[in-house]
Amino acid sequence: MEQLKIADKTFKSRLFTGTGKFSNSETMRDAILASESELVTVALKRVEVGNQDDAMLTSLAQSSLSLLPNTSGVRTAKEAVFAAQMAREALETNWVKVEIHPDPKYLLPDPVETLKACEELVKLGFVIMPYVQADPVLCKRLEEVGAQCVMPLGSTIGSNNGLKTRDFLEIIIEQSNVPVIVDAGIGRPSHAADAMELGADAVLVNTAIAVSPNPVAIAKAFKLAVEAGRMAFEARFAPQATQAQASSPLTQFLYD
Amino acid sequence: MTNFKTHLNSYNWEEVLDSIFSKTKREVQHALNSPKPTLEDFKALISPAAKPYLEQMAAKSKAITKKRFGNTMQMFAPMYLSNECQNICTYCGFSLTNKIPRRTLTDAEILKEAQFLKDKGFQHILLVTGEANKTVGVDYFINAIRLLKPHFANISIEVQPLDQNEYELLIKEGLYAVLVYQETYHEATYKTHHPKGKKSNFDYRLETPDRLGKAGIHKIGIGALFGLEDWRVDSFFTALHLKYLQKAYWKTKYSISFPRLRPFSGGLEPKVAMEDADLLQLICAYRMLDEDVELSISTREEENFRNHIVHLGITSMSAESKTNPGGYVVEPQSLEQFEISDERSTETIARMLQESNLEPIWKDWDQNW
Repeated sequence: MEQLKIADKTFKSRLFTGTGKFSNSETMRDAILASESELVTVALKRVEVGNQDDAMLTSLAQSSLSLLPNTSGVRTAKEAVFAAQMAREALETNWVKVEIHPDPKYLLPDPVETLKACEELVKLGFVIMPYVQADPVLCKRLEEVGAQCVMPLGSTIGSNNGLKTRDFLEIIIEQSNVPVIVDAGIGRPSHAADAMELGADAVLVNTAIAVSPNPVAIAKAFKLAVEAGRMAFEARFAPQATQAQASSPLTQFLYD
Repeated sequence: MTNFKTHLNSYNWEEVLDSIFSKTKREVQHALNSPKPTLEDFKALISPAAKPYLEQMAAKSKAITKKRFGNTMQMFAPMYLSNECQNICTYCGFSLTNKIPRRTLTDAEILKEAQFLKDKGFQHILLVTGEANKTVGVDYFINAIRLLKPHFANISIEVQPLDQNEYELLIKEGLYAVLVYQETYHEATYKTHHPKGKKSNFDYRLETPDRLGKAGIHKIGIGALFGLEDWRVDSFFTALHLKYLQKAYWKTKYSISFPRLRPFSGGLEPKVAMEDADLLQLICAYRMLDEDVELSISTREEENFRNHIVHLGITSMSAESKTNPGGYVVEPQSLEQFEISDERSTETIARMLQESNLEPIWKDWDQNW
């Protein structure tokens, strides 16, 4: 399988994971390890910056994971830029997942503020991964301001509803010059495989792993599904027929 | 619609009461199977007709909560700053006519209490006072927030209702949330329980969440005090209030609390009793009505109830609370606002949660933004 490259980093695994909603840090760490994910997103607001004993950070520090701080909780571009700078200082990474959701109910991303924040953050030297609505035009605009990838949603965060935005994800994947990572809404390994078969470069899965009765086993299932989906995409599919082609009742007269 | 009052006035208390009590099993079943329950469904879910379905409601509420909030529980602690109060509230230990020593914490005392809560691990705190605008007004709150901001990730208040511009000042200082319970949405009953003081103004209190929404607050907590009126009708109006606010102030997050009348010296007997089963039914109904709303439980409730409720819809809880100013360190012996029921230590509660497969969340905000 091809390796995924975002900015200057290459990834063997096309499954990104998160750290929220787990019942304890050990389960979180074990599940992330089982997923073989190399990039794990962490809500900056959950971390005690400057505290060497922060439970979440210490349990993740034991492995070879890259941390991807996210700006969850901010409502404007200005707050996002500030949070990103804080994350850079605290976690020593210039990667940031830009999440700006002024709507606390569905946590839907604000396209206007996201674009503004990304433009600013690129200038400040960040590698940005913007969480966005599955909006093809917005994704192109983000690419133009220098986003190194885009993260359109499959359905609302935490819904486990799968790829409700499929038609738009297809357009985004078709048009994008940067990696497309389907984020949010992936509830089952089959959804993840589905996204990979569509041609997504990676997926990010958190709730579906954290809230499963068996996070470690489901994490492994997600890993396998992402690999299978990617492998299938690279192998390409046999043509799909919508019906059997037995006769041609409309054109048969030409040959009678 | 410019405020909730106009909205509330289009309803009649007695009609809502009749409507809830005449809900049938069929309507309950419909509500149970509805993917997006409406306020009519909510009435069915809190009605007596839904009682036989409590187990099903609990299962549903549990599943929704887990999906949306995962295996976590947000922890917070109240910090009472003052018991000075110019209001008469028939059910409250701080009521003006109660002959208790009054105390408002000084800066040094606030910091002492803060250190205690910090050492316990709390990062989210709720500052509580009575209503004494001259001594414990906006300036006092600004000062308290400035003192506490370096020590806590998230600061909320439960104090007298303020004007919009005053809230704006406090938000600028780093205030995250305001809790303001209507006590009861029954205007006449409200007046009998709040005969004197600024709090006797029903409309000013009712419109507080509107002022907060306009001020751009991050979170508003609402609720009714159960015991003053029929809990079902008051809960319907709380839900109506929630739905109204969510549409009007969509950038704000909401939380619901469930205070039941608790005994205090010289206290009031509840007019309409609310049993544990009723409270559970209500919590589940809220969760089914709204997957994302924060549902909060305090130490007013008893140990056994709290141990079980943590899985069934509740997403935020307090521990080891003291309801008297200086109650943690400064003056533990002063009179409480009400008696708490669950007196376990923070460590014990945290262990209980962990053993129940829930991670206590101490920090879920940052004062730097």
